[in-house]
Amino acid sequence: MCLGVPGQIVEIVDPELLIAVADVAGVRRKVNITCIVNDEHKADDCIGDWVLIHVGFAMARIDEAEAAKTLKVLTTMGELQAELMAMQNSAEAP
Amino acid sequence: MPFRRSGRLKAKTITLAHGGGGKAMRDLIDDVFIAAFDNPAMGEMEDQARLDVGDLIAGGGRLAFTTDSFVVDPLVFPGGDIGKLSVWGTVNDLAVGGARPLWLSAAFIIEEGVEVEFLRTIAISMRTAADAAGVAIVTGDTKVVERGSADKLFITTAGIGVIPPGLDLSARHIRPGDRVLVNASLGEHGAAILAARGEIELEMAVTSDCRPLNGLIDLLLAAAPATRAMRDATRGGIAAVLNEMAVAAGVGVVLEEAALPMRTDVGGFCEILGLDPLYLANEGVLVAFVPEEQADRAVAAMRGHPFGEAAAIIGSVTAARPGVVSMNTMFGGSRIVDMLIGEQLPRIC
Amino acid sequence: MKYAHEFRDPVLAQGLLGQIREAVARTSATVSQPLNIMEVCGGHTHAIFRYGLHEMVPGEIEFIHGPGCPVCVLPMGRVDDCIEIAEHPQVIFTTFGDAMRVPGTKKSMLQAKAEGADIRLVYSPLDALAIARSNPDREVVFFALGFETTMPSTALTVLQAVKEGIRNFSLFCNHITVPQPIKALLDDPDMRLDGFIGPGHVSMVVGTRPYDFIARDYGKPIVVSGFEPIDLLQSVLMVVTQIAEGRAEVENQYGRIVPRDGNRQALAAIDAVFEPREKFEWRGLGEIDASGVKMRPAFAAWDAEQKFDVGYGKRREVADPLDARCGDVLKGQIKPIACPLFGSICNPETPVGALMVSSEGACAAYHQYVGARAREAQAV
Repeated sequence: MCLGVPGQIVEIVDPELLIAVADVAGVRRKVNITCIVNDEHKADDCIGDWVLIHVGFAMARIDEAEAAKTLKVLTTMGELQAELMAMQNSAEAP
Repeated sequence: MPFRRSGRLKAKTITLAHGGGGKAMRDLIDDVFIAAFDNPAMGEMEDQARLDVGDLIAGGGRLAFTTDSFVVDPLVFPGGDIGKLSVWGTVNDLAVGGARPLWLSAAFIIEEGVEVEFLRTIAISMRTAADAAGVAIVTGDTKVVERGSADKLFITTAGIGVIPPGLDLSARHIRPGDRVLVNASLGEHGAAILAARGEIELEMAVTSDCRPLNGLIDLLLAAAPATRAMRDATRGGIAAVLNEMAVAAGVGVVLEEAALPMRTDVGGFCEILGLDPLYLANEGVLVAFVPEEQADRAVAAMRGHPFGEAAAIIGSVTAARPGVVSMNTMFGGSRIVDMLIGEQLPRIC
Repeated sequence: MKYAHEFRDPVLAQGLLGQIREAVARTSATVSQPLNIMEVCGGHTHAIFRYGLHEMVPGEIEFIHGPGCPVCVLPMGRVDDCIEIAEHPQVIFTTFGDAMRVPGTKKSMLQAKAEGADIRLVYSPLDALAIARSNPDREVVFFALGFETTMPSTALTVLQAVKEGIRNFSLFCNHITVPQPIKALLDDPDMRLDGFIGPGHVSMVVGTRPYDFIARDYGKPIVVSGFEPIDLLQSVLMVVTQIAEGRAEVENQYGRIVPRDGNRQALAAIDAVFEPREKFEWRGLGEIDASGVKMRPAFAAWDAEQKFDVGYGKRREVADPLDARCGDVLKGQIKPIACPLFGSICNPETPVGALMVSSEGACAAYHQYVGARAREAQAV
């Protein structure tokens, strides 16, 4: 029950019924934004949000800082590993 | 000059009478089909078209002959219609065998109640498509069936072409080390059709990739005369064709996911619906197996043609795991690309 | 595609795999006695095979494919119910594509559709409601399948139907929950599991608290994971690291999407429309307490189980064929290839069990990505 796709809210179609349009790599689909709207973040505030879309509903806003943090940790890990492998290769070279 | 009657068809809607063999049918054929298709090879409207082939097959040339039926729904979709598909689909099936496509037949099964004007637009669309591909529609047939017995319109086309002497494209010739090429980005037709059916409510700019490939193939074969084999990738996507060819040739095929040409919006479409683009239908994509030393030239030649701008080498042939198509994922792993059974359905899991 | 492609970067994978190898070396796992890590969610199973992760991780790690595939655990009797509803002439039966090919006792919904039942595929329950709106003289039923991920969508759709006064719309509710089958597996003496990869999108709705019992009462680590291959590899690293350090905690790898306490609006919608069932039937796993939800009495007019008198408990349940080992595969006790029917009698063209039909079923994933023919070649 898991197929969810990241997309960006580009337009609010109906602020009462909480319907917006989301863009996923150039494909557009109407989505219900009930789950991402609250008193501090109203319908119009959603424009530009990156969200996780599942069966026509925006289920969660993507925490962009959290995503960047994860990628940074992994990138450092990747760089360290590349260095390690380079060291191993040069150690093994005759 | 044979007597052509036209302008006699008064009816707005097709009825069973139009398939009855009498005057109504004659008027339909004259006014809608012959009016659109008319060309010298059509001749005197006997029960058959008579075609001079002697010169064409002199010196060992061979006739190529193919047929296909078209039942696409919806009949008109972004980028094409059933008429264009029926002409270019058959043209492509001839061209991937190295044949120069020449003549087509077109048989129509029409559900009663279809609008005459609609048939006219399809017939004109077919004529335009035939002209673009350099072929002529020289014979045909119409039948009308009761409401409910056909989904508005079915078209069957058959095509004749000529393969020049000495050219023998066949999966049998495929060897380990050969490269796998495509001419264009994948899955556009399948995505356009699904979106056009409307159940999914997705909006995107993708249109069907239906187009005639014979001009492109001429360039490809000129640049890479040692091309082993080609197929037209239609239903089942490139996965279907690659599996068939791998089995026929008794070789393994290894694809590189990172090399597959694909529009970002087709990619997005697949992600939303959980579809695999390798299995999406195409109508203007060929898969070619070319010896390694001619592969780059082949790609360059295709890229010089409007229907080959995204041409790419997408994989290679191995001796290992004969009959199996696998793919090195862009992630660094590997997976099998097996034949799909049945149609791919959108999923939410 | 932003927030997807970055998490498919093969360079990042190499870093993670290096770390995973180091972490595994700090455990007592060997290739013949590997760490059994269960990915609960079928979407994770699908991703593992699609990206070849099962071959990329060291041999000391074995993925055990869990029962988190709502199509796989759908009893045949439920499919029969769907077809029974769909065969009413005034009904338009709407469903996600996933369920169309699952065989019932006599046929699948795809076959019933071919025989004339008005069964339509939809992407969203909202599209089913739209069909009801434009067909006031027809009775539209939506097959509400899935875990907690999908419950908010169906609940919000029902609330919308109520608000608009649309009476020709109902849900055939077969939603199931994740924590209970995990508990059933942990209580099963035949299961040896060392850790869990938790379902990312279920957790997007319910948060990570519902899994606290796994660490607290059973001493097993669980890491809630995203669905991209980098997410899964990072989650594997986090599970293995916990094992190496002797910890058992609930960790969240998917922090960019999953909040600790879940989504308030989603949980409120679920609570408004649904209530727990005492028990629910899972194909291959039998009856599990409190593992499903049904519609609250206030929504009886939108409840297909009431309108059509079908569903769990209303008829004798249908048993699986004796040879089929769906249950054992679902529990992760055997791999698909060990089932005598795999690839021969049971294949995607003629599936016997739902695991061969569902795109995230372990059997279908094996067949499609590992390849039945390739496996045959290896077996020879």
